[in-house]
Amino acid sequence: MDAIHIHELTKRFWSGWPGRPSVTALDGLSLSVSRGEIYGFLGPNGSGKTTTLKILMGLIRATSGTAELFGQPAGDVQVRRRIGFLPESPYFYDYLTGEEFLSFYGQLAGLQRTELGRRVTDLLEQVGLSDARRRQLRQFSKGMLQRVGLAQALIHDPELIILDEPMSGLDPLGRKQIRDLILSLRDQGKTVFFSTHIIPDVEMICDRVGIIVKGRLLASGRVDELVSHGHTQSVEVVCEGIPAERVRTIAEPATRVLQQGRRALLVLPGHERLEEILAAIRAQGGTLVSVTPQKGSLEELFLQQTHDQADGRPAREA
Amino acid sequence: MTVWCILVIAFNTFRENLRDRILYNLLFFALLLIGVSVLLGDLTIAEQKKIVTDMGLGAINLVGVIIAVFVGIGLVSKEIERRTVYTIMARPISRPQFILGKYLGLALTLTVNAVIMLGVFLATLWMDQAPIHGALFQAIQLIYVEWLVVTALALFFSTFSSSTLSAIMTLSFYVIGHLTEDFKGIAQKSHSEAVKAVMNGLYYLCPNLEVLNVKGQAAMGQAVLPSYQALASLYGLLYAALLITAACVVFQRRDF
Ligand SMILES: Nc1ncnc2c1ncn2[C@@H]1O[C@H](COP(=O)(O)OP(=O)(O)OP(=O)(O)O)[C@@H](O)[C@H]1O
Ligand SMILES: [Mg+2]
Repeated sequence: MDAIHIHELTKRFWSGWPGRPSVTALDGLSLSVSRGEIYGFLGPNGSGKTTTLKILMGLIRATSGTAELFGQPAGDVQVRRRIGFLPESPYFYDYLTGEEFLSFYGQLAGLQRTELGRRVTDLLEQVGLSDARRRQLRQFSKGMLQRVGLAQALIHDPELIILDEPMSGLDPLGRKQIRDLILSLRDQGKTVFFSTHIIPDVEMICDRVGIIVKGRLLASGRVDELVSHGHTQSVEVVCEGIPAERVRTIAEPATRVLQQGRRALLVLPGHERLEEILAAIRAQGGTLVSVTPQKGSLEELFLQQTHDQADGRPAREA
Repeated sequence: MTVWCILVIAFNTFRENLRDRILYNLLFFALLLIGVSVLLGDLTIAEQKKIVTDMGLGAINLVGVIIAVFVGIGLVSKEIERRTVYTIMARPISRPQFILGKYLGLALTLTVNAVIMLGVFLATLWMDQAPIHGALFQAIQLIYVEWLVVTALALFFSTFSSSTLSAIMTLSFYVIGHLTEDFKGIAQKSHSEAVKAVMNGLYYLCPNLEVLNVKGQAAMGQAVLPSYQALASLYGLLYAALLITAACVVFQRRDF
């Protein structure tokens, strides 16, 4: 049974005024997230990420289609015991201290007193807020709120964690901490489903990604599959000790040549003529410094997909 | 678990109220009013001790209503506007449980306020050597029921409208609630069918809050029958329960 299963989900927001058109936020979205994986839900602003997560959490109702968590329909009260949720730019009760805040959510999740105290201390430590334990949330910075929000989502040790843009508002160190935290969740066997529009976050930690644009899933699959699929992989060769005038003679297969002092960088369109170049470098008495295959980046794919969509071309499944 | 969740929400709401400065301002205002009545009591002669009692009861009633309205309208709408409801609703707690918890939290705040104001009130009466009779407690008990009705009104409106609109509607219902007898009278006397229909409609729709007002009698030391007190309380509580149920139904269907 999948942790998340979404089938043909559609959500239209009625404008509330006759004559004014409704907004179609989700348009037949289907995806599933298996247990134990980290799934990145990538999409530009306004593509329907938050709408999807809200439907999963039962905050809004879908116009049509189904969304299930562990086989239970989204909105089921009991299944939420197994789920932790961090909303987008979260707002919290600002009259509570960090400690009271986490205790409150732990109590709602039904944690017992002794366990609760231990979890609160552990989590404040994990998100780096031990010092803010007795400070009211109204004095928290944006990044601190994001962290305490994440702690809130984890307080009851849920199996599935759903996060809406967990890295927003965080400094580079904070982003790294959250990334590490998400990775440690996977080590504990948890499932993480998070939305973002920041590509490096996804590339670094996700097992699988789904790209959503205008309420439709345009591509989904493992990051390496998605980026290598249909992309010729270029290769960068760096060598040393070949005089500038002779580099030309060996660089015939290269698409680009950059030269700086004694070093030369050759960009090959593929692996095919690599051996030929390496032999030529040796023949000219040069030394090989490095050979680096260039993977296509998720960013290229993302830009290409959002661009294709604008052109109305069909989507790709990997 | 069901009851536990409601209590957790209720306690948190109570804590929010306690940390809100407005509450202290209001309480201060109430104590001031009661204090002023002591001064007045000093100036007047024994026969007019009644004024002291009257004013004290009035102040207690008013302050409680203000808290019920202005805290009540924010109970749910503020949670939605500030989006705190997202993380609450992500917990294993149903929407009716949330509504009940919010209501009970404010009811708890009102109870604590009632106890404090009653204490100060009795102390001033004692200092003034004004008589303290059972009728006073009857009046206060019915005032408390009125607060519960007003809180339910505010809660109900705040599940589907903004804070400002909720305040206007709650206050309108409160005022009309004290005039329903007059509406009935107008309906009987009027020759216009339309007027009759509107006035009768208001009479049956709005809570009859005058039923819960025995301050006048109490100030004169006249107790009402226990059966009246019980029936009036039952009426108020039923009306509040109906409103809370309606609030749950509306809230259940909302998108956030
Ligand atoms: N309550 C609402 N009423 C009307 N339209 C809405 C509502 N909520 C969202 N929308 C619309 O639905 C679309 C998707 O919005 P959504 O918030 O899901 O995007 P998103 O992918 O989360 O974007 P972002 O990256 O900016 O957070 C947008 O066009 C938005 O205007
Ligand atoms: Mg969003």
